[in-house]
Amino acid sequence: MTWKDEAAIRRLSRRAALFGGAALGLPLIGGLPAFAQGGPSSVVDITKARTDPIPIAVPNFAGNSGEAQRVGQNIAGVVLNNLRNSGLFRPVDRAAYIQTAEAAAQTPRFQDWRVIGAQALTTGRAELSGDRLRVEFRLWDVLPEAQIQGTAFTAPAANWRRIAHLISDVIYERLLGEKGYFDTRVVYVAETGPRDRRTRRLAIMDQDGENQRYLTDGSAAALTPRFHPNAQQIAFMSYARGEPRVYLFNLDSGRQEVLGTFAGMTLSPRFSPDGRSVVLSSTRGNDANIYVVDLGSRRERQLTSGGGLDVSPCFSPDGSQIVFNSDRGGDQQIYVMDAGGGGIRRISFGRGRYATPVWSPRGDLIAFTRISGGQFAIGVMRPDGSGERILSEGWGMEGPTFAPNGRVMMYFRETPARDARGGGYSARLSSIDIAGFNERQIVTPTDASDPAWSPLLA
Amino acid sequence: MLNSKVMSAFAALALLTACGSSTTDTAATGAGAAAGTSAGPRPGSQEDLVANVGDRVFFDTDQASVRADQRSVLERQAGWLSRYPQVTVQVEGHADERGTREYNLALGQRRANAARDVLVASGAAGARISTISYGKDRPAALGSTEEAWAQNRRAVTVVR
Repeated sequence: MTWKDEAAIRRLSRRAALFGGAALGLPLIGGLPAFAQGGPSSVVDITKARTDPIPIAVPNFAGNSGEAQRVGQNIAGVVLNNLRNSGLFRPVDRAAYIQTAEAAAQTPRFQDWRVIGAQALTTGRAELSGDRLRVEFRLWDVLPEAQIQGTAFTAPAANWRRIAHLISDVIYERLLGEKGYFDTRVVYVAETGPRDRRTRRLAIMDQDGENQRYLTDGSAAALTPRFHPNAQQIAFMSYARGEPRVYLFNLDSGRQEVLGTFAGMTLSPRFSPDGRSVVLSSTRGNDANIYVVDLGSRRERQLTSGGGLDVSPCFSPDGSQIVFNSDRGGDQQIYVMDAGGGGIRRISFGRGRYATPVWSPRGDLIAFTRISGGQFAIGVMRPDGSGERILSEGWGMEGPTFAPNGRVMMYFRETPARDARGGGYSARLSSIDIAGFNERQIVTPTDASDPAWSPLLA
Repeated sequence: MLNSKVMSAFAALALLTACGSSTTDTAATGAGAAAGTSAGPRPGSQEDLVANVGDRVFFDTDQASVRADQRSVLERQAGWLSRYPQVTVQVEGHADERGTREYNLALGQRRANAARDVLVASGAAGARISTISYGKDRPAALGSTEEAWAQNRRAVTVVR
């Protein structure tokens, strides 16, 4: 894809904000009749460690032409895949379906869906007129035979995937009672070539691994990308001009610019929740200190000093605090401070070294990498350091990033070399539910590291 | 190319031998060989530094202070730099793979700075020495063993 395409995607997401507003639980005027109102009827408590996945049937969406039918099939396929991959839904085997998709799109025969074990049912219809795609979608509660949601989306036909993700988010939100994370993207570092001479490029994809694109050309190594809260800008580290520095990358224009006037290396950037500043680390002498750079005035303010290597800062979602990684006490541990730089306190006290802290968008957890006894682990703890839970352990796993609803994390995981030539080494992305189940590898075209999850696009 | 500059002494020797280059005779005698033999590497070049001085020092796990047994390499480098006043170098700091990327970038920088400080203390002009960190992202040894990690915790002096 080209930069023009990228701009088109961004324009869509602004439009999506318009129709997305009409979608979420609001009746669509002049659209579908008889929307069920009131709260979700099948809400499941997903704060428990593990829930039984909701059995759901997602027959193909019907269409007003052969081509529209194909689009309808594709949309249902993406929805099905999203729901299954969340680990919180169990799609009913399509071979067991009794009622045809076409008939269900007219009027569901609930006993046909009940008997095959579906608790929820989605039906839909795609209509193509020229380049315009209109998709009606309904979500049904099978047992009380009630419509939970009815929504229509309109978009250029090329954007059918985004409609599928928006529908998936509606289903997730109505059945689970909290926002979904399917209409999102992930920026990461695509790695190719031998390990001692790797090409590292920024790449971006939909959260389900589709629509893969490179953002940088690989002439300079790019590392640790992170999204701006408006998802239009990315902060990352680049070796362009031979000096490792934090850069800003604009997804609309494709332009890059160096951030700040630091004399030393700058690294580990993250945007503030209001998007107005970037917190990062800069090396000087024997130390690395944390700074915040105001994006309007470009004023740099030093937050830590003289305490060793302070890296990997991350704001709390309310912007009042910053969690970071420091070896000021001898080895790497996690510390929290006020956003202005005062009140530094250590929060990690378990066995081993702790690194790469990231604050959950919900504010209730901090995810981290732990290195202990030669093993790596991804875990979470409360912001006061209590309640530490390890979600996954293994070699070379690090760099957790939260989905915007705080329910799922992605990270990357290396496979160690099995010989002196580096044979068998790989780096891949994985996702996991914060309750510690549903660990899945994310398929990428190349080796991949440093994932960062976008906010919801619409 | 930078990658040829950062190649370890061992790999460089292997490559030269494999290529059957006419310059291999002197280089193959390894670090510490007397400079000035007829077919040696160009004086003041990276190859000269690698063959006759040693281009790198190694660090202990999670440490960035120059070990006593590594100091002489940097002192020889400072002497070598004084013989070639037109040469500028960059000290590259590296870490092994048993850490997180961001912390290792900072650790690599600290190692590069530590090596540069010894060079300066040994008489080299600081203005001729820049530093950079590659963290764990450019290993010299590709294995996942103690031996490989020890080779990767390093600061490498590279002629620019």
